[in-house]
Amino acid sequence: MKTVKTTIGRRSFIKRSTLVGGGIMLSFNWLASCDMTPQQVKALPKEWFKINGFLKIGENGLVTIMSPNPEIGQNVKTSMPMLVAEELDTDWNDVIVEQAPLNTSVFTRQLAGGSQSIRQGWNSLRMAGATARAMLIQAAAKTWNVDASEITTSQGQLIHEASGKKSGYGPMASLAAQMEVPKEVPLKDISDFKIIGTSRKNVDGTKIVTGQPLYGLDYSADNMLIAMIVHPPAFGMQLKSIDDSQAAGMPGIKKIFKIKTHLDNYSLGAFDNDAFNEVAVIVGATTWEVMNAKKALKTEWELSPNKKEDLDFFGSTMTVETPAGLESSNDHRKIFDEMPKKKGKIVRKDGDPEKMFSKAAKIIERSYTCPFLAHNTMEPMNFFADVTSERANLVGPIQTPEIMEGSISKRLGMDKEKIDIQMTRMGGGFGRRLYGHFMTEAAVISKEMGQPVKLIYSREDDMTQGTYRPAYHALYRAALDENNNLIAFHVKTGGIPESPLAANRFPAGAVDHYMAEEWTEKSNITVGAFRAPRSNFIAGAEQAFLDELAEAMDKDPIDFRLELLERAEKDPVGERNDYDASRYAGVLKLVKEKSNWTGTNPEVYRGTAAYFCHNSYVANVLDLEMRNGNPVVKKVYCAIDCGIVVNPDAAINLAEGGVVDGIGHAMYSALTFKDGKPEQNNFDQYRLIRHSEAPKEIEVHFVENQIDPTGLGEPPFPPIMGAMANALYKATGVRHYNQPFITDKPLAG
Amino acid sequence: MAQFQLNVNGEIHEVNADPTTPILWVLRDHLNLVGTKYGCGIAQCGACTVHLNGIAVRSCQLPVSSVGTNKLTTIEGLSEKGDHPVQKAWIAHDVPQCGYCQAGQIMSASALLEANPNPTDEEIESAMNGNICRCGTYTRIKAAIKTASNS
Repeated sequence: MKTVKTTIGRRSFIKRSTLVGGGIMLSFNWLASCDMTPQQVKALPKEWFKINGFLKIGENGLVTIMSPNPEIGQNVKTSMPMLVAEELDTDWNDVIVEQAPLNTSVFTRQLAGGSQSIRQGWNSLRMAGATARAMLIQAAAKTWNVDASEITTSQGQLIHEASGKKSGYGPMASLAAQMEVPKEVPLKDISDFKIIGTSRKNVDGTKIVTGQPLYGLDYSADNMLIAMIVHPPAFGMQLKSIDDSQAAGMPGIKKIFKIKTHLDNYSLGAFDNDAFNEVAVIVGATTWEVMNAKKALKTEWELSPNKKEDLDFFGSTMTVETPAGLESSNDHRKIFDEMPKKKGKIVRKDGDPEKMFSKAAKIIERSYTCPFLAHNTMEPMNFFADVTSERANLVGPIQTPEIMEGSISKRLGMDKEKIDIQMTRMGGGFGRRLYGHFMTEAAVISKEMGQPVKLIYSREDDMTQGTYRPAYHALYRAALDENNNLIAFHVKTGGIPESPLAANRFPAGAVDHYMAEEWTEKSNITVGAFRAPRSNFIAGAEQAFLDELAEAMDKDPIDFRLELLERAEKDPVGERNDYDASRYAGVLKLVKEKSNWTGTNPEVYRGTAAYFCHNSYVANVLDLEMRNGNPVVKKVYCAIDCGIVVNPDAAINLAEGGVVDGIGHAMYSALTFKDGKPEQNNFDQYRLIRHSEAPKEIEVHFVENQIDPTGLGEPPFPPIMGAMANALYKATGVRHYNQPFITDKPLAG
Repeated sequence: MAQFQLNVNGEIHEVNADPTTPILWVLRDHLNLVGTKYGCGIAQCGACTVHLNGIAVRSCQLPVSSVGTNKLTTIEGLSEKGDHPVQKAWIAHDVPQCGYCQAGQIMSASALLEANPNPTDEEIESAMNGNICRCGTYTRIKAAIKTASNS
């Protein structure tokens, strides 16, 4: 049994006494209406006893567990409470889950990003459950006048075997809440887990399938108005003037005005990315009326100047330069033509790659590209704000509530204590909702109106005011000797405006002579994190190149990777390699076995790929078949090592989604620009993968181990792009170097 | 503005709205039935799917003035207790990730099964192709439709 000191999350418990019977946790919360599981038979308790910031127990034994982190579809609202319930040792059917509001005095890292929720919550959530269990035991020991060490628990029951005394958690909850918080608590052995590692249904499942209000767009309040914005039509432009002579008098319209999201002297925060600081705002009674007025509003735009802004990146100030100009995909293509020919910044060099390339018998050189992508969450950006001179209440979908609280506090000049943020279930995130300018806009609009407002982006607003996945380029070179041995490897990546290089990832460490360099080019198109940032391109490029390399060396593509990984494990080159070669090889071996890789079927064309990111390892085999001359993804095998799997069926769902998403973006999606203007603004022009294009079958396997859980939201997304390219080559004889593969032209839609 | 009497989920509702208002926004803003979702506004994503006399339609393209006495069914009215076979199958397969598109998916799927109780894989794909799921739950949706089809 492992014992943990409770100090890590001690602040979770310090405020307990002041919060019992009141405070934010017990106040009415629109989002906290109970999520009863279908099996639930117990009626709601008459009284709740708050044991700590994560949970309260009713007199009848029902347990409410707060889910601290934002839910974007990664299913943390189910899996995080599972960790608490496991250590509390209660019956999952007695658990009610509530979405916690932003509460930095109780919770740490209330953020959805980087596939870190479970990894970073693993200890604190288990500790919260274990601490409550220990306090229940103390309460029972006191009541029964026995030694606490003689009391055991099982499924929400306290048991004293020697005397035969038994009690549910409910009757002991009141006393337990008054017990001193233990300084150390035991955690369960992994072999004793009853909830972790078993499949539990999405706690919001019933609400979702019956259409109950869950999302930001569904939120409403008394006297609430609807607001929409009009932003410049092109990157590189800004608002000059508005003429509301026609729009102002239209039915339902309350007010039309301009706002600045950030004031002129504002030092931007790390997630304040926003191309259009000044926008026009239309506020009215109903969505349709506001949409109509939006069409009637006349606006004048002008070119925006070069900008230099201070960015406060978690304490360190940096200056961000945004160039003026109206950029087109044609300009970006020229950058992709020219920059890779220039000398880049060398990030890593092992051995003497230049020399090895100069004496190589054969050099293989290939270039790969991908376009900008819009996140396109199905629920467009939106936020509710009710700002008065005294308080600000904000409700909606946001991945970074704590960080945005700071931005809003600065913008409104209001103490954080007066700002209340509630998180709705999100209709997708994929990184887009890390950047909460829409939340600041909502707050500024509500302040101006002196009334609650819900800001809604139309799909067109959402797609054309993005924080896009950057456009990337990768040049790979490999040197082979006369015996077809790999003697040097060179990767040079770049992008607009950032480079996707991961210099210390595989195959770094597996090749004696290795060089990684990069370049970047500034742009005024706003970019940000997109599911598995940088990996979402570089994995597919690298894995397609390794496939081509294996072919040139006449090796099986999986065996070739395993050879390299064996070298990296036994005799690694360099010391900064950031992956575990044996776990990397583990997923390849698992997918090889599960897909029966060595078997043959002449009608099936197979591609493979593997990648490591966000602390987890994923390998794929993708089977294509040709139907009426068109490639169809018949089956995908996915092997994953993400440590302990908390909720297996939900984890499989997430991996299936990553596979579909990866195939979709590699095959079909692109955002292109003409004179600063996005050329796609809705789903009639921007193609997303649809039912008929999804794999017919996806089989997911997890490596079984006892390693603490790592990321899962992002890792299954990047490698499948490479597996798709490699399978397409087998099926058609054509290698695809440019995403989307459907057009296979650099930066084309 | 004009007055309309709408038959939604078996109840008659009086609505005072601009005749061009799409049913999507009448449901969401006037009747507080927010289960029907806004996704694109141009009938490309299927998030707003409802039934008009049992047929799946995109409510973002259906002006309130065109509905007349026809019967509208939304996700809230698909079943009384959330126990329509399609809803049950969705829970059994734990289909949703973010869940935002799923009301539309369920409305398309239930209309399909009403018209064709035993659809083939190709028929499912064809009927569901207008419903985008950004999270990529397509394989589960298909499996759930088959489960519902067999129940």
